[in-house]
Amino acid sequence: MNTEPEENGKRRGWFQRLRDGLSRTSSNLTRGIGDLFTKRKLDAEALDDLQDLLITADMGVETSAKLTQALGAERFDQEVSGDEVRSHLAKQIAAILEPVAVPLTPDPARKPHVILVCGVNGSGKTTTIGKLTRQFGDNGLKVMLAAGDTFRAAAVEQLKIWGERAGVPVIARATGADAAGLAYDAFEDARAAGSDVLMIDTAGRLQNRSELMDELKKIVRVLKKLDPEAPHSCLLVLDATVGQNAHSQVEVFKEMVDVTGLVVTKLDGSAKGGVIVALAERFGLPVHAVGVGEQAEDLRPFDATDFARSLMGLADD
Amino acid sequence: MFEGLSGRFGDIFDRLKRRGALSEGDVDAALREVRVALLEADVALPVVKEFIERVRTRSVGADVLKSVTPGQMVVKIVHDELVDMLGPEDATIDLSTSPPAAILMVGLQGSGKTTTSAKIANRLKTRERKKVLLAGLDVARPAAQEQLKLLGDQVGIPCLQPVIGEQPIGIARRAMETGRREGYDVVVLDTAGRLAIDETLMAEVAAVRDVVSPSETLLVADALSGQDAVNTAGTFNERVGITGIVLTRVDGDSRGGAALSMRSVTGCPIKLMGVGEKIDDLENFQATRVAGRILGMGDVVGLVERAQETVDQAEAEKVAKRALKGQFTLDDLGAQLAQVRKMGDLNGILGMLPGVGKMKKQMAAANVDDRMIAHQHAIIQSMTPAERRNPKLLNAKRRKRIAAGSGTTVQEVNRLLKQYQQMSGMMKKMGKLGKKGMAALGGLGGPGGPGGGLPPGMLPPTR
Repeated sequence: MNTEPEENGKRRGWFQRLRDGLSRTSSNLTRGIGDLFTKRKLDAEALDDLQDLLITADMGVETSAKLTQALGAERFDQEVSGDEVRSHLAKQIAAILEPVAVPLTPDPARKPHVILVCGVNGSGKTTTIGKLTRQFGDNGLKVMLAAGDTFRAAAVEQLKIWGERAGVPVIARATGADAAGLAYDAFEDARAAGSDVLMIDTAGRLQNRSELMDELKKIVRVLKKLDPEAPHSCLLVLDATVGQNAHSQVEVFKEMVDVTGLVVTKLDGSAKGGVIVALAERFGLPVHAVGVGEQAEDLRPFDATDFARSLMGLADD
Repeated sequence: MFEGLSGRFGDIFDRLKRRGALSEGDVDAALREVRVALLEADVALPVVKEFIERVRTRSVGADVLKSVTPGQMVVKIVHDELVDMLGPEDATIDLSTSPPAAILMVGLQGSGKTTTSAKIANRLKTRERKKVLLAGLDVARPAAQEQLKLLGDQVGIPCLQPVIGEQPIGIARRAMETGRREGYDVVVLDTAGRLAIDETLMAEVAAVRDVVSPSETLLVADALSGQDAVNTAGTFNERVGITGIVLTRVDGDSRGGAALSMRSVTGCPIKLMGVGEKIDDLENFQATRVAGRILGMGDVVGLVERAQETVDQAEAEKVAKRALKGQFTLDDLGAQLAQVRKMGDLNGILGMLPGVGKMKKQMAAANVDDRMIAHQHAIIQSMTPAERRNPKLLNAKRRKRIAAGSGTTVQEVNRLLKQYQQMSGMMKKMGKLGKKGMAALGGLGGPGGPGGGLPPGMLPPTR
């Protein structure tokens, strides 16, 4: 997006952006909590209602139940205020997320550090690569891109435009070409060029389409011929609007291509991305970055406390 | 991780004896489970609550049909209500205006607008012989307009030539002018993805709407969406006024509860659903199919369709008949394995079956996957016809030969044979039970026990 009238002022901090995004509906959540606990005893019914509210943030039935039970165990039958409930939950959630808030740092010893980027259709893979390219470039890293989405019409062009913007080479072939072959060649090229990072885009694929998942496995297999440890990172890009299907996505992609970390996109919308909490509990995969806007710098490292507090609608302290 | 609703109900209602009418207690217990099932299927909470109330009113006091248990009765009511709420199924694209009729495609980023635009254009062209023009209004995402043009080229549908720097409203105006001048019946306008909360961009799409006065404004929404679908659809409807919903990625394995949320909050019909990556993978909305999925009762319709496409019906019926008489041979098992393989990926098929949650786990534990089926098939193929007719011939030496011939091990051969014995035993029993027994097979998973092979009954289609 090249024109965004709102954007001409001082750039807002990432927390502010995340909060602005999340607040629009976490305000529902927090208002809900506020309504629930203005002078109310934390009894079974209140806990049930609270659990419902957490579910509306996509946290899932299981995680929501766990969080509310933990709260109930501590404060059952006591008078609690909405604020208390919020900060208690935020703390719990932050504790769950803390271990997975790990930024993505390419290993300088590897030339190149190969990053394979995968995900379902429309989750934001190409855009995420575009943003990461800019950021790596700003940090003085030499980046190369491989346009491995040889399926979707104009996906190659889309990545090329990102490459041009950042002034980095994009290895591409015609739509319909073999993505694994392309990845192999790109790896060789990146080595020859002494690149620090090679990011490989892939076509979006639904995780239950086994023939497409096999294609993805083939890319990994072929990369391993050049370096048994490649790809050094395998990112799964998740859309924050996704619901409980995120579990199935992470499970299958992890099993198929050994995903090493997640990127969560579109967190600037009204979707709360609460499923991240459930995913962190279940899989413990690092969340490398979150997307909170369309600009390159809107892809940010994931901060557990900020996220948890925004989710619960708590102000910055 | 999800267990089907029917599975959940099993536990509650096993304890209840059959009764004349559903009591409030029965219904309450069941509805708690329905509630969780719906939430896990990503139906938005307010919609779940409303839905549960409707079902409660309809269920309490309802007569339990003779042949079913109270649990099944509640499932039936839930299912029927869900189909009602999701419907109608026959919503068509409205083009009744002086041509060109504009179809405005809106939605979040990555919901599938561009692909769906091309799919709809293609559908109108091939099915209704309309002259269609595509216009890409997405100037935000790099190469979005090229994507639309390439898709149009694939199916011979012209796309408005982009002009560099032209803004969406200008493009929309030019598209309609071109449409009028060149005698198009329909102009499909693909807009940029936008967040429902982005005031500026929502105002922009409303301005586009005013310019083109669309006969259809379709919200393209992802079947993978979570709880927020209800906010998105609600806001788009308020700000732009949608006339219908296109549900995309229905070929995924999500439960698709977002469909119910959006249908209910907007009151707009779901008109079409995207079921694959190919340009003609766009189908009429089928409420029963989606309802079954939301409830975790499986996409039985889809499974039957797939089976009908791939399974040799006469052959399947022959096998089924023989099986019930207790004459199920290794040849038959081989034929079934071949058919299962033809139907495609095992997980995909299983995802369509009711109550598979539990079974999937069992199968994973027993290492049942596509490769195993391929192996088993190879083992049977490595037997002589005589051996297949009469497995008793299979002594140690023959088993060794078969293992070598199929590239497996004697243990695997043994396992297959044991499985075969279990299956043919089970089928004999079922034959005695008659038709009722066949229906019971729908439950799957249970009595087969761990390591039990593929339930053979899943193949012979009932029609």
